[in-house]
Amino acid sequence: MNQVALLLAATLGAGTPLAIGSLGLLVNERSGVLNLGAEGVMLVSAVTGFAAAYHSGNEWIAFLAGAAAGAALAAVFGWLVIWLNTNQYATGLAVSLFGAGFSAFVGTGYVGRKLESGGEHSVPLLRDLPFVGTALFRQHPMVYLAMALAGAAAFFLYRTRAGLVLRSVGESPESAHALGYPVRRIRLAAVMVGGALCGLSGAYLSVVYAPLWVEGMVAGRGWIALALTVFATWRPARVLLGAYLFGGVTMLQLHLQAQGVQLPPQFMSMTPYVATIVVLVLISRNPLWIRVNMPASLGKPFFPGS
Amino acid sequence: MTTPRLQLAHVTKRFASLVANDDVALTVEPGEIHAVLGENGAGKSTLMKVIYGALRPDAGEVYWNGTRVEVRSPHEARTLGIAMVFQHFSLFETLTVAENVWLGLSRQVSLQTVREGIEAKARDYGLTLEPERPVHTLSVGERQRVEIVRALLTDPQLLILDEPTSVLTPQAVEKLFATLRQLAKTGCSILYISHKLDEILALCQRCTVLRAGKVVGTCHPKEETTASLSRLMIGAEPPRLQHRERRPGEQVLQVVDLSLPKIDRFGVALENVALEVHQGEIVGIAGVSGNGQQELLAALSGEDPRCREEAVLLFGRSVGRLDAARRRQLGLHFVPEERLGRGAVPGLSLAQNLLLTRTEALRALGWIDRSALRRQAEAIIGRFTVKATGAGAPAKSLSGGNLQKYIVGREIDAVPKVLILAQPTWGVDVGAAAQIRGELLALRDAGCAVLMVSEELDELFEVTDRLYVMAKGRLSPSVATAAASVELIGEWMSGLWPKSPEIPLLEKTGATP
Amino acid sequence: MIRLEARPSPSRLAGILSPVIALVITVGVAAVLFLVLGKDPMRGLSVFLVTPWNGVRALTELGLKATPLILCSLGLALCFRSNVWNIGAEGQFLIGGIFGGGLALLVTVHPVALDRWGFFPLLVLAGALGGALWAAVVALLRDRFNANEILVSLMMVYVADLLLSWLVFGPWRDPKGFNFPQTMSFAAATGVPRLVPGMRLNLGFPLALLVAVATWLFLFRTYRGMQLQVGGPAPRAARYAGFSSRAALWISLLVSGGLAGIAGALEVAGPMGQLTPYVSNGYGFTAIIVAFVGRLHPLGCVLSSVLLAMFVIGGELAQSRIGLPAALTGVFQGVLLFSLLACDTFIQFRLRWRARA
Repeated sequence: MNQVALLLAATLGAGTPLAIGSLGLLVNERSGVLNLGAEGVMLVSAVTGFAAAYHSGNEWIAFLAGAAAGAALAAVFGWLVIWLNTNQYATGLAVSLFGAGFSAFVGTGYVGRKLESGGEHSVPLLRDLPFVGTALFRQHPMVYLAMALAGAAAFFLYRTRAGLVLRSVGESPESAHALGYPVRRIRLAAVMVGGALCGLSGAYLSVVYAPLWVEGMVAGRGWIALALTVFATWRPARVLLGAYLFGGVTMLQLHLQAQGVQLPPQFMSMTPYVATIVVLVLISRNPLWIRVNMPASLGKPFFPGS
Repeated sequence: MTTPRLQLAHVTKRFASLVANDDVALTVEPGEIHAVLGENGAGKSTLMKVIYGALRPDAGEVYWNGTRVEVRSPHEARTLGIAMVFQHFSLFETLTVAENVWLGLSRQVSLQTVREGIEAKARDYGLTLEPERPVHTLSVGERQRVEIVRALLTDPQLLILDEPTSVLTPQAVEKLFATLRQLAKTGCSILYISHKLDEILALCQRCTVLRAGKVVGTCHPKEETTASLSRLMIGAEPPRLQHRERRPGEQVLQVVDLSLPKIDRFGVALENVALEVHQGEIVGIAGVSGNGQQELLAALSGEDPRCREEAVLLFGRSVGRLDAARRRQLGLHFVPEERLGRGAVPGLSLAQNLLLTRTEALRALGWIDRSALRRQAEAIIGRFTVKATGAGAPAKSLSGGNLQKYIVGREIDAVPKVLILAQPTWGVDVGAAAQIRGELLALRDAGCAVLMVSEELDELFEVTDRLYVMAKGRLSPSVATAAASVELIGEWMSGLWPKSPEIPLLEKTGATP
Repeated sequence: MIRLEARPSPSRLAGILSPVIALVITVGVAAVLFLVLGKDPMRGLSVFLVTPWNGVRALTELGLKATPLILCSLGLALCFRSNVWNIGAEGQFLIGGIFGGGLALLVTVHPVALDRWGFFPLLVLAGALGGALWAAVVALLRDRFNANEILVSLMMVYVADLLLSWLVFGPWRDPKGFNFPQTMSFAAATGVPRLVPGMRLNLGFPLALLVAVATWLFLFRTYRGMQLQVGGPAPRAARYAGFSSRAALWISLLVSGGLAGIAGALEVAGPMGQLTPYVSNGYGFTAIIVAFVGRLHPLGCVLSSVLLAMFVIGGELAQSRIGLPAALTGVFQGVLLFSLLACDTFIQFRLRWRARA
């Protein structure tokens, strides 16, 4: 029983960076902008967060630094894509490639360094509950933050006027513009929120989850986060679910390896990536389903004054 | 002497190489219904965007109730009391009516207040509207009502309507006019943009006429006729078309019991559509857009190959599942509604765009003979007097009217056996429209079978021999154009045609109207 | 206030100047970076921009490094023009390398009466087959299930990388290799024929140039090539014309997968001579940048392949001679692409100064 509880706990931890990153991308995409640079943003903020944690000894400063770095890189992307109207796919790829090179470059000095341990995190009293205590209440605060973020995102999108405006911009920026809404500024704000949350996720990876810095350590989670938004049909609650599912798959294969299951480790490591493909296939099979839920202007350029 | 509600002086607006508005003056009195008349491309929409704050003028002054103002954004326009109902709606399909209206209001009101406001206005003006329905479930006419109620809820002093009747049946137009007259009585001024002369005669008290960006005159419609207004609008008499007596031959295109489910939740399902077209005749399909015309055309052209094989018959052959290229090989050509992005690729040259539907310049293994292609394009440009810098000009560099002439020319030049057209003269100036219609009549006289879908009843009455009407995914029986009247077609547009067949088909006598 | 205004027609001058300006910006950023890192900017720039061209050996190395970039970027240009976003060229490269390397291993263990010239077409075929198969998975999933090709092809890169890792750590590991993750060295007869005695430049380079010519002819002189290019920017026009988007999807993915696979096989059998986990230098991703810098045009792809090969070599030289991290290359490539995308805006738009009214 304790095994299952431990597995659940590990799943929550592993799913958290995916959840936070994907929630950010969800807000981003709801405005109609597709940011393929998520992987690059997470890499840059991972190295930034690690450096900040290393020099300051405080993980919250690291999270802040990561979020800021993510927002800054996303702002550059946003300026190019929203004001200069560069191709969203190509620019996003440029961010990913740049982020990979830049993070590797900046991070060369931090490979092999160790961070001071943050100690064990848990919720007093609740942590001692049988099963549930181990599964749910011995987590880093970020895990709970991720859940809170999902709730906040859902509230924002569906219960506030600002959220309604965001959704309308994503559906038809031309109509929103005709009604007088500052479409480009709204999109930039959404892109920066997406960058900040991806940045938070990257910093969490390098400062809490690993914790270390190595080139390419995000290992595709940015891309998986992108797939997650599709899987979740752009709804916050489903993002959380999907993130924990993926976290579970990753943890399960590690668990099986530890149990001595006789499969080459490389095949076990493939599972998250293969799972992503399977999930994409399942969710995309019905083109109607996607078309109905996807922000209609996603990926398309917007020209005011045309 | 009352202060005018709105006054424009020396307003000028330029885009790149085009002067859309040139030294325009306009005066609208309180409570007046004022028409802005001009053909397509005269600058009406640009002028309205300037008034509404969506565009800033390059020169000129705007006076509101006697005071000079700068309308810097739609938000400011709304604060002043200017409301606009666009020709192409600014609605969000996935949101409800109430949410859409809420987004269009600048004031900080609650959604509940908006809901109640919608119901109140709807009652006052006799418009039916349910606040909680998602917009994508509404018909086009109902969507316009959402736009109008949204405008009314701002308690405007000036309401601008841009070509409002292209999406309405003749009966619905009457209803709209009643609403507008009621509104004007409350002191609200109305700016009515249109190119439809009879509507302006029926509704408006004063009229400003625009031609090529300049004001060419103002008048009182009550003292004018369609002929005199037309002369003001285009500067000359409308060109006349030659009609010869038609002699229809055998049936070449037949649609039998065509039913198709909606392709997505924003579409219209087709139900038991049946029609036929013979050699040497022009058949029209009338109807307000959004009733299934797009879907029917896609099924006919081959862009939607979902229907039963036998549902569409070309020369007796079942072609329902063939794609567009295969149908073209059999002699079926199609001019779509959208020019850029469907009828032509904007970034490719006119010559390259030929290859979309014409394969004469191709050699073995798909090799493109570029000089033959260029000559072919130049021939079409010459024959149809397309204003372009040459066969190498990119499609997007042409004006709408010229590109339409090229696309129609491309299909006519193919000497098709069956030609289907959707809105062939939409957005095209009067001269080019007349040329296109003339070419269609010549094509018909040469024995081609022509099927034309159009929202412009005038055009259909002028050119066609027989008419069908499309309503809510169903097609009416056909009626000879000579035996049809606007009232009849209007009724049929609401789906009220007799369900049993045998409408007598009279021969068109061939006299010019 | 400065605004962007649409040009009535695209500016040819901007089209030509844009890559040049982007390069200038990149060089400027490079100089600043060198200063910040405490190195002499002139020395740094010369290592990146001048040394790779210095001498016959340098030029042959440039050609050698450019070969996989040319092959991959040509395929990607085809894909991107058709609006098929194949980001997985890296994975197709790796699988092509596995297939080619596997064939070379087979011939090494069981010698056949073939010399390098005879083996070459078999190697190319094997690489093409591997890459095309890997890309076919992407095409199939998009064709039948509508799965987004960007994410699928990317996931396939990670899978390919792990597959290669398994092979060289496991079944294909050289038993006499002191437990290093590598296969045995391939027999000399499996190598790619060299062009200049004493230099590493091989038959792959002229092959790549030939493919460039063929791609140009296909894209701009054939009906099928034109059909592929309509589906991207104007899918409704493609449907109107009756062009098959399925054909465009499959042709572009199979061709680009095949080309990337050939590049992988050539790299493995040529300069490397064995399979290791480090077969690729990120060529599949660099090729994306190459394709854009080359304006998705075959001639442009060849030129920008040489340019980016110069960056790669410059990065290696900078590491060995000045002590700069090799990751610098990635930074410069990213900056180049960013600058290019930004400068390209001015092809369609121009700046307008408007005085506040």
